[in-house]
Amino acid sequence: MSGPGGAPAYGEIAQFENVGLRYGPDREVLADVAFTLFSGSFYFLTGASGAGKSSLLRMLYLAQRPTRGAIRLFGQDAITLPREGLPGLRRRIGVVFQDCRLVPHLSAFDNVALPLRVAGVPEKDIARPVADMLEWVGLADRMADKPASLSGGEQQRVGIARAVIGRPELLVADEPTGNVDPDMAIKLLRLFEALNRLGTTVVVATHDVHLLKKVPDSLIMRLDRGRLSDPTGALRYPPRRSGVAPAGGPHGG
Amino acid sequence: MADRDEWMRGGPAPHNPQGTPAPQRHVPPPPPAGPLPGLRADEGLRASGVPKGGVPGAGRLLRWRGIGRLDGGLVPQARLSGPTPWVIAIMVALTVIAAAMGLVLRHIAAEAAAELTGGVTIQILDASPSGRQTQAEAALRVLRAQAGVGQARQVPQAEVDRLIAPWLGADTMADRGDQDIVPVPALIDVRLEGAVDAPRLNTLRAALQQVAPAARVDAQSDWLGPVFGAIESLQWLAAAVVALLALALAAAAVLATRTALGAHRATIEVVHLMGGTDSQIARIFERSIGWDAAIGGLLGFGFAVGVTLFLGRAFAALGAGWLAVGALQWNDWLVLTLVPIAAAVITMLTARLSVIAALRKIL
Ligand SMILES: Nc1ncnc2c1ncn2[C@@H]1O[C@H](COP(=O)(O)OP(=O)(O)O)[C@@H](O)[C@H]1O
Ligand SMILES: [Mg+2]
Repeated sequence: MSGPGGAPAYGEIAQFENVGLRYGPDREVLADVAFTLFSGSFYFLTGASGAGKSSLLRMLYLAQRPTRGAIRLFGQDAITLPREGLPGLRRRIGVVFQDCRLVPHLSAFDNVALPLRVAGVPEKDIARPVADMLEWVGLADRMADKPASLSGGEQQRVGIARAVIGRPELLVADEPTGNVDPDMAIKLLRLFEALNRLGTTVVVATHDVHLLKKVPDSLIMRLDRGRLSDPTGALRYPPRRSGVAPAGGPHGG
Repeated sequence: MADRDEWMRGGPAPHNPQGTPAPQRHVPPPPPAGPLPGLRADEGLRASGVPKGGVPGAGRLLRWRGIGRLDGGLVPQARLSGPTPWVIAIMVALTVIAAAMGLVLRHIAAEAAAELTGGVTIQILDASPSGRQTQAEAALRVLRAQAGVGQARQVPQAEVDRLIAPWLGADTMADRGDQDIVPVPALIDVRLEGAVDAPRLNTLRAALQQVAPAARVDAQSDWLGPVFGAIESLQWLAAAVVALLALALAAAAVLATRTALGAHRATIEVVHLMGGTDSQIARIFERSIGWDAAIGGLLGFGFAVGVTLFLGRAFAALGAGWLAVGALQWNDWLVLTLVPIAAAVITMLTARLSVIAALRKIL
């Protein structure tokens, strides 16, 4: 997305090379996956249900190790990085889940505040940004409510607020619109767009091809039974956006 | 909107019109001073303001601390409605009682050993009370003249009667003519300097042979040997029970932590994925189970103290000398208060280790 201020696109934020994943002794769920995510871009990851979208994203947000291949995140080798280094990388990634995964007994406010508290932000510096963030997603009047009393769309907006409150460089959303009506889906997508316009790299997984058209400048990654195809070549040869060439040229594959 | 323009200028990703690749960032940008991205009114969600204030940059130096105010709320505490505090209370109560018994036995053994080292009892068995008394007095004279005898004392007849009365009945003792209904021996309590051994006993026997032919000389430790053995076994038993209970406590902590981990798996995963460190997450559970241990420990300790005091009073009422000797001292109570403290430490440590082990499995 190229916003009015100029979308920042000046480097590789994530890079998969030759990545394969198998959960058991069976065939690989993902095979030979290679791509590069460039900073400031908006990506859709599509593919039929069971194609391996969630598996790929789980590796991207460091919830899962690949069985083979190399993953670099923010310029660091995420595979050989010692375990103690992972939280630091994770704090630079915001994750939105299809099922929100809000902490059920915490209010909307406390759910959104969680990443800040994890990062050790003092209490006095938490109230304001969290309130502002909830206002931004249109939930200023629901701050004290527990997730159970919020609608699906409202919960998902709390989930998005929680994912971006720490101002991540990379925002990963796994079927964020899967549980909401089409209207709300578009609205949520607008939130992602707005964030992307301000510099956040966004990856949204969806099996809903109608969504892809809603974000005009998005790049599309298509998964088909564990193999990544690059229909437009944009992943390996991304268009020069904002006049920026990807550092290091083509990658992977 | 001025705020937003400012944020764009000062944001983490500077506009780069020249098209030159910017250097890769290894260090996250400092938190922007401006507001977070604002949503335009026409973008669909009811949003008027734009977030302001210092939102921290991601990837800041990890701090070795808990998750602030959330530690209490992230994992809801079952408090006394959960089984954990009660399990800990029972463990602590049993441990304290076992430890108290061990300490009492140790006192009894130590005190008795001190008392009995060098202790010799001389019984003079003679059917006639007057003959008995004559022999006893003669024996005392001889004993006091002996080298190595620290002290020799005849146990007053009243005391002997009192010792025997519960078994034979006061009536039996009451009627005193020249002939007792039941002949009661005269007892002489002798304290030798140093330990008693067979040659010394033989020397005493030889010395008494002429003046008191009815005298029987016994080392006190002889007939109390089996009692000492039994006391020692009981002490070992108490120590083993304490050790086993400590193990059971650790096992209970593992189970409680596992249950809590299972119940809060989703929360843990979310906190883990937002960059919570192992220590941070472990600390949440540590605190939660620490609370259980504190409450359970307090309850268990209170109960055990009650039981111990009650038993102590009951035995003291028996008037049995040794049990009074075994009474717990202030430093024993100090040792016993260590039990709930140790229980809290054991449970918290166990919780920490099992949480970290579980986290290592989910990357
Ligand atoms: N934890 C897991 N254990 C075993 N198999 C899994 C696991 N997660 C996903 N799979 C399998 O991997 C394949 C891809 O799943 P997934 O990544 O969830 O696909 P998608 O998100 O595109 O629907 C599926 O066949 C699924 O059954
Ligand atoms: Mg999925």
